[in-house]
Amino acid sequence: MTSPIIKAQNLSIGYDNHIIMDRLCFEIKRGDIFIIMGGSGCGKSTLLRTMIGLLPALNGHVLVNGIDVVTATENKKKHLVTQCGILYQSGALFSSMSLFENVALPLEQYTSYSERKIREIVRFKLALVGLAGFEDFYPSEISGGMRKRAGLARALALDPEIVFFDEPSAGLDPVSSKHLDDLILEINKILGMTIVVVTHELSSLFNIGRNCIFLDSSVKTISARGNPNDLLKNPPNERVLAFLTRGMSNEKRS
Amino acid sequence: MTVKIKGENLILSGDLTENFFVSDAIQSLKNGKRLVIQNGGISEWNQESVVTLYSGLSQLPTSTDLQIKNLPEGMSHLLELALKTSPKDEKTISSKEDFFERLGRRGIAISRSIKSGFKFLVKMITSWERQIRGKAIYRKKDFLMSLEDCGPKAVMIVSLISFMIGLILAFVGALQLKNFGAQIYVASLVTIGMTRIMGAVMTGVIMAGRTGASYAATIGTMQVNEELDALQTMGISRIDFLGLPRMNALLMSMPILVLISDFVGILGGCFVCVFLWEIPLSEYIRYCTMAFSLQNFLVGVFHGFVFGLVITLCGCYFGITCGRNADSVGKATTNAVVYSIVWMIVMTGIITLICEGLGI
Repeated sequence: MTSPIIKAQNLSIGYDNHIIMDRLCFEIKRGDIFIIMGGSGCGKSTLLRTMIGLLPALNGHVLVNGIDVVTATENKKKHLVTQCGILYQSGALFSSMSLFENVALPLEQYTSYSERKIREIVRFKLALVGLAGFEDFYPSEISGGMRKRAGLARALALDPEIVFFDEPSAGLDPVSSKHLDDLILEINKILGMTIVVVTHELSSLFNIGRNCIFLDSSVKTISARGNPNDLLKNPPNERVLAFLTRGMSNEKRS
Repeated sequence: MTVKIKGENLILSGDLTENFFVSDAIQSLKNGKRLVIQNGGISEWNQESVVTLYSGLSQLPTSTDLQIKNLPEGMSHLLELALKTSPKDEKTISSKEDFFERLGRRGIAISRSIKSGFKFLVKMITSWERQIRGKAIYRKKDFLMSLEDCGPKAVMIVSLISFMIGLILAFVGALQLKNFGAQIYVASLVTIGMTRIMGAVMTGVIMAGRTGASYAATIGTMQVNEELDALQTMGISRIDFLGLPRMNALLMSMPILVLISDFVGILGGCFVCVFLWEIPLSEYIRYCTMAFSLQNFLVGVFHGFVFGLVITLCGCYFGITCGRNADSVGKATTNAVVYSIVWMIVMTGIITLICEGLGI
């Protein structure tokens, strides 16, 4: 059995000593598509931000590829950067740079490729996400869905082992959202990357998720884990059932 | 329209679109455990009637068993929907804190912001040191764009304001000096005033409002769009990438802008002297040359250099520490300008004291 690529041990997350989620323990296998789900404001994005080192953990540890994000030195964190790609909720493309410059930035910083090689890689990554020919466009000149795909191309620039997605479907119409889901599945299948997705979009999580954890704000910790489809068939508690059925289970009963 | 209380029943009848009050009736029932709202012949109602009824009912303790009977369909649905959600406890009002609590809280906030400002200054210095070692990551294109923005593009506004300042200095000075028949010394006044301090201060104030605000707004918006997070997770220092090109550009352009401001200010003084007070141009130039001192000029340019540093630090600091909403960007921009001006005045005081001590 291969060792997990991400491991959270007794992790507590929050802001300024205010604990949002406590005693989180979970493992993410290599090559998995792992969903972090839960209601609005339960701490999904906070957990993601803690896992990628943007927020300090209040307690516990997160091991990413064997490196503890909580206690890692600057050098180790820099090493982690090349192993993780992140697609932010808004795409987070640098608005003063063209799509080409956005995707090229991590390559310029972390590789010694020639200018020509970088151009080829950027064109290929943009083509992978269906944005061939958009190299010279600026983020303000493309649609929300295209911005997310360009953000994904940037996240994939260094061929990371793990790609984190923060609410990939947020602000997208159902068709664009489906396209992005398909893209996530293809990336996982073809490139073998581990995918971690934070979402509360049901169609998405049933479509792509192989494993998941449910962050339960009423108990401030994980109250369910497993395959989302299995959880729907055998929900461990009322709150998970209500979440996975958009609260329909309660209405049927009443 | 009537509102009647019969035992545990609240009976509504007539036209409820007119003003009516249920609070008093409900007050009399406040200790009751059950309340039934009944239709005693309602002829008219609207949403306002439901609002009045709901306000009255929300005064009842949550344990009260509330029942709605025979009310018009829409009205009972609206009321049931509103009553379904139990109200949250009201937020603790911070204004209840006494004076000393507020003073303490404010004191802690100020000490935190001083600490964080100092930390930022240290980070900026280390970033500069990285740049000298050639290890800082930033794009030359960003530097050139910043240089264009705070250099050639700022010349017009700096010139215009400096011309007006020179003009005002000459006009006000001459008004007084006229009494002693010494108008010609206006040339000396304008030259010394502009080169020693006024040129640098006016350039600093303009650049704080123009460039400092723009730095804070641009970086603050990047914070809102998660662009700063993206930089951090790419392992790129935000201060290197965003602060250094801006600081280099402003530090390079400020001394030149001060020089232009000095010259144009003296030109403004010349305009008043020649056209208003009819002093010959050659005399004005002669007195200007006599009053000009390289020492004063260099002190002025040094002021400009320090102001450039202050503006960049304030603009970048408030941009990077900006919150994640539109309101925060506005606050960051205002703070950048206000703190830049305050610190420029403080630095002017410090430089003046040092110059005084050194006898410059």
